[in-house]
Amino acid sequence: MERLPGWIRRHIAAIRALLVLTAVLGAVYPLAVTGVAQALLGDHADGSPVEKDGTVVGSALIGQSFTTADGAPIRKYFQSRPSAAGDGYDPTASGASNLGPEDVLDVLAVPGAKNAQGEPDTGKQSLLTRVCARSRAAGELEGVSGARPYCTADGVGAVLKVFPAVGAPTRVVSANQACPAVPFAAEYRGVKVECARPGEDLAAGRTVPVRGAARAVVPADAVTASGSGLDPHISVAYAELQAPRVAKERGVSLDRVKRLIADNTTGRALGFMGEPAVNVLTLNLALDAPDKG
Amino acid sequence: MTPTVAGIAFIASLVVALAVVHRPLGDYMYRVYTGSGHLAVERVIYRLIGVRPDAEQRWTVYARSVLAFSAVSILFLYAFQRLQDKLFLSLGFGPVSDHIAWNTAVSFVTNTNWQAYSGESTMGHLVQMAGLAVQNFVSAAVGMAVAIALVRGFARRRTDELGNFWVDLVRGSLRVLLPIAFVGALVLVAGGLVQNFADPYTVPTPAGGHQTITGGPVASQEIIKELGTNGGGFYNANAAHPFENATSWTNWIEIFAILLIPFALPRTFGRMVGDKRQGYAILAVMGVLALASVSVLTALELAHGGTVPQAVGAAMEGKEVRFGVANSGTFGAATTLTSTGAVDSFHDSYTALGGMITMVNMMLGEVAPGGVGSGLYGMLIFAVITVFVAGLMVGRTPEYLGKKIGAREIKLASMYFLVTPALVLIGTALAMATPEQRASMLNGGPHGLSEVLYAFTSASNNNGSAFAGLTVNTPWYDTALGLCMAIGRFLPIVFVLALAGSLARQAPTPSSAGTLPTHRPQFVGMVVGVTVVLVALTFLPALALGPLAEGIH
Repeated sequence: MERLPGWIRRHIAAIRALLVLTAVLGAVYPLAVTGVAQALLGDHADGSPVEKDGTVVGSALIGQSFTTADGAPIRKYFQSRPSAAGDGYDPTASGASNLGPEDVLDVLAVPGAKNAQGEPDTGKQSLLTRVCARSRAAGELEGVSGARPYCTADGVGAVLKVFPAVGAPTRVVSANQACPAVPFAAEYRGVKVECARPGEDLAAGRTVPVRGAARAVVPADAVTASGSGLDPHISVAYAELQAPRVAKERGVSLDRVKRLIADNTTGRALGFMGEPAVNVLTLNLALDAPDKG
Repeated sequence: MTPTVAGIAFIASLVVALAVVHRPLGDYMYRVYTGSGHLAVERVIYRLIGVRPDAEQRWTVYARSVLAFSAVSILFLYAFQRLQDKLFLSLGFGPVSDHIAWNTAVSFVTNTNWQAYSGESTMGHLVQMAGLAVQNFVSAAVGMAVAIALVRGFARRRTDELGNFWVDLVRGSLRVLLPIAFVGALVLVAGGLVQNFADPYTVPTPAGGHQTITGGPVASQEIIKELGTNGGGFYNANAAHPFENATSWTNWIEIFAILLIPFALPRTFGRMVGDKRQGYAILAVMGVLALASVSVLTALELAHGGTVPQAVGAAMEGKEVRFGVANSGTFGAATTLTSTGAVDSFHDSYTALGGMITMVNMMLGEVAPGGVGSGLYGMLIFAVITVFVAGLMVGRTPEYLGKKIGAREIKLASMYFLVTPALVLIGTALAMATPEQRASMLNGGPHGLSEVLYAFTSASNNNGSAFAGLTVNTPWYDTALGLCMAIGRFLPIVFVLALAGSLARQAPTPSSAGTLPTHRPQFVGMVVGVTVVLVALTFLPALALGPLAEGIH
């Protein structure tokens, strides 16, 4: 050992160091934490499971979809936020949309065209159009206005492509409204606005999002996907927006629904950490449970 | 309480907690790294490793030990991932593909924890626990060891000896990181984080569908991932995942853990050089930059500029309800100011200017307060450059802490500074110059450039967070970013250790009337200025084409 060259001895020491530290930090430490955690906090350590009629139906920390198999909202349940995890609330594919703040231009589906897999072309919705479409759908579900700034009445992003990019406009296209839709604005600086022809390359034009006069009623969390795609919570505002619909569907009083919302709301920790949040799964399970009073 | 007031209270509570804790922890680390006694368990470990703990090393030997340990770690982690299906607790996952395994091995050994993979569908429990999480400890301990070696260079005189790498590595892991991690892990479990070895299991949901609930030794990995400023998540969604970050207060704990050691090390530095005021000056530079960055980022996110945030009415895309916008912004700043790279909200969907702040934080070289160890040595390099600039103004040889900053020292400091900008800008340019690499962008226009710029900034600075829209699990990106991580970590470490060796050899220069005092607010202001100017000159053109073009109409 001592007669080996220095660099070989050094690497042997490195290998031995790594193995020893792996034993301590990669086996003893996590096993010790697991042992103590399971003994003292077993419910948490196992993922805070929640039961319905004696069967585990989820985790209090992991959000779920309350939709039918084809994605339509089940009206007697509070709805969760939009999710980018797999097909929605899939814990084996957690994640966010990662779309940016100026992602406002859709790729419109070209009728009859096929994608690389031979399936019908579905285009690609921009983040803005996703927000507008969700807002419109939530408004319809709750019987309120789904209008939002930068959104058209038909629920896509209100974005114009103006040609030429610099100078007085000669041609203006409503980029996200495929023909034969009626553009959200009749004209822009004296030029008639056209609907968009799917497949046409509009990249050369200047992008002009149009704010409009609408004010949003549907809360922010109802129209955005969370970071994890598994957000178990909605805002208090979104829960209160849904309360009348759920009460009506279930034939229970609005007061009872509101009381259950309050029961399933977590306030800010210590009064200043985070935001108040309503747990959708435990709220819906409380609604399903027989009324105890 | 409005969200803005609550957000300010959140930041203020972190400042107070760090102010209280940095002194005892800094003093404790001073005793850990300067004490001569060995614990019984440490003696056993040294015997198993086969090193003599009381033998001191020259800088060349110290550096070779760092490199040998890191090289062995990369090979071990690579093999571990490639063979995971042959081992137990693999959850049925196959071997990790070669380019992802290379990228991940380099990523965790360099304290970057860039994730080209999705944890829940790629890595079994054993690789996570005995491979990745071990590097969370030891890569952090390596960073601290190098920082301590540099401080010894300032503190010692007329010697070749910088300490013993194996002792610094073992003490950093066992005496500093392990006890805090153990307590912290249990606190996080109390908040709801999972800690088990269960296979994923499927449950019927009330809505009539099915959901797969995942498990794993998450809490034990989560705490060291933050404490060691590593950042690699157990799950793809990282600290946004409720099993990694269950409540608004675990969010606070995780941010606190990220900032804990980097803000305590200046105290250790002050004690070791025998002048606590020097430590306070470095701490003040870090604090000024960090507080400015956190405040600006949180304010920009709350102001929600940009088309989509305006349409939504809040910058809520990619953020969790329980954390809210303000605390998510605070996490985003903390994770990029250090070399952590964990995320509790997705930076790609931040407002354009908010996203830019996260990039600027990393471009600062992650010195405010920076990664564990790497933040302190990076900041000391800036201090050396500052005394050099000040020396140029008055025309005398600069000194720092009684050591002359001559030609050799300033060459090493300059080369240290130049490594990461070169990697970031050349890497981004190469990616943007080739159509196949451009195709990996999720977003178009300036935001696409931001995604690529962010990736190379994050990798070269060993951060590991991402504008996650970019598709990076391709052979080209895995290889290129892996190289950036390795060069961006180890080349600066070699320069730092060379500088330490050069400083330790010097006899101290007695201070004279012409010596620049390095513990006054004037010096703090100068270091802040030099840091910001150097970084702005280097990166402004690239930022102008990306986030600035997107955020300013």
